Amino acid sequence: MARTAVLGRLIWQLGNVAELVQETPRVASLVLDVPEWQGHLAGQHVDVRLTADDGYQAERSYSIASAPEDPRLAITVERLDDGEVSPYLVGEVRKGDKIELRGPIGGYFVWQGGDDRPLLLVAGGSGVVPLMAMIRHRSASRSTTPTRLLYSSRSEDDIIYRAELDALSAAGDGLTVAHCLTRIQPPGWRGYSRRIDRPMLEEVAWPKPQNPIIFVCGPTPMVEGVAGHLVDMGFDAASIKTERFGPTGG
Amino acid sequence: MTVQQSDLKLDGNAIGGLLREIFTMEMTTAESTCAGCHKVHAVGQVEVYMNAPGVVVRCPACGQVQMRIVKGGGRYWLDLTGIRSLEFSA
Amino acid sequence: MSFISRGFRGKRRDTASSSRVPPGQYVVNDFPVLSAGPTPRVALSDWTFVVEGEIDEPKKWTWEEFRKLPAEDVTKDIHCVTKWTKLDTGWKGVSVDTILEGVETAAEFVMAFSYGGYTTNLPLEDVTGGKAWVAYEFDGQPLHPEHGGPARLLVPHLYFWKSAKWVRGLRLLKEDQPGFWESNGYNMYGDPWREQRYWGD
Repeated sequence: MARTAVLGRLIWQLGNVAELVQETPRVASLVLDVPEWQGHLAGQHVDVRLTADDGYQAERSYSIASAPEDPRLAITVERLDDGEVSPYLVGEVRKGDKIELRGPIGGYFVWQGGDDRPLLLVAGGSGVVPLMAMIRHRSASRSTTPTRLLYSSRSEDDIIYRAELDALSAAGDGLTVAHCLTRIQPPGWRGYSRRIDRPMLEEVAWPKPQNPIIFVCGPTPMVEGVAGHLVDMGFDAASIKTERFGPTGG
Repeated sequence: MTVQQSDLKLDGNAIGGLLREIFTMEMTTAESTCAGCHKVHAVGQVEVYMNAPGVVVRCPACGQVQMRIVKGGGRYWLDLTGIRSLEFSA
Repeated sequence: MSFISRGFRGKRRDTASSSRVPPGQYVVNDFPVLSAGPTPRVALSDWTFVVEGEIDEPKKWTWEEFRKLPAEDVTKDIHCVTKWTKLDTGWKGVSVDTILEGVETAAEFVMAFSYGGYTTNLPLEDVTGGKAWVAYEFDGQPLHPEHGGPARLLVPHLYFWKSAKWVRGLRLLKEDQPGFWESNGYNMYGDPWREQRYWGD
């Protein structure tokens, strides 16, 4: 399955919207049945193409949120106010609609597990989506890879997959989750209350001798800032994989 | 002259699909050696500007143009002159 | 015909045919930002504009000098090769005729070149005779860096990739040479009315 996920013809396929899950006020997951799906690796994405009846087309990439083990393919989309595609996917699309997509795409920003290295995942906003696919894969494959997720959101309401992350980190199998809320914190909040900075990374990151694999995903400025700190902290650049979602975060 | 960091800059992951169309295989793990500064980066790490009449790929170390890709009128135009060498698995 | 996405409209666009809209274009109300690289940030105290190449004596202006040249307000329709057209855009700038005043040259072509390295080529007769400007205001405001400020070339009768952002000079050439996009697929001339987008069009 791993080999076909990086080779094979990339053709446009139709996915049937089986379920819509509202994750936060602005974010929803589309769960799709894709009959010809060849499988994927955690971290990969799909390209989605929309066509209006006058032939106008718009294309965007969305990270796959579901684990490779899941029977259905899920993408998680943040609705951008001035977006062209996201307000259609989060707002107009209904169960039973079809979405044109191709994939899976990506080989660089991918985690399969099966080695000894602990995992550090750093997410900004909707950058958590491909990292969640990795966490879900870890869970589905019953891996005990020591994993730390540092996840930055604007407010508590904006935390995607909150309940699932709480449950998985409470399972005691080596996953810990640290949240930071950058704009508003609820009363009694005990997580971080500022943007990710170097002192925060020093507290959360694995010690260097543990040789972690690191994935950073989110808006371009956040990814570049975090990657810069990690390199300054002495982590080998080859161990830090980044995926930029652009200025607004996807 | 200074440059703004948070421009419409993405990375090679964003053109994974386009590169797959052209090379018929996954290319984000390919390693490109910059013709300008000779540094090596995974294609997933290079700077990508897609909001343009074509795609422009730049070296993350020196900013030089590594690739230009235009798709239109039923054709592709691919300029790789900014890459000294592209290494990928057989 | 490919699959149609139920209920998808996309950004607001008007495809009604009109004598002002070239073939294959649609009208938009926003002003999309396109870029081939990081936005150059040029301090006005460092900015210069030059005319060089097939010319006896190159010309050069600082920002202050350039702003003293007679300028015009023009309203034009603009057409991007990525298919959007924007009607009635308002600009203020110096006509290229003014910039080339007094210049004697055997050149028939120019290469416009910009901060950040962008280039684009044009026939000299397409930037003279009231067809082109070096513009520093859009819509009554100083031209924003993301749209090419401090100054950009404005050549509205050709596809907008010819209207080089962050322009810093014109090089007069005896022979036509392809610029940044023209050397990789885009048409040497770029007439939107003949839909000259790519090589061979």
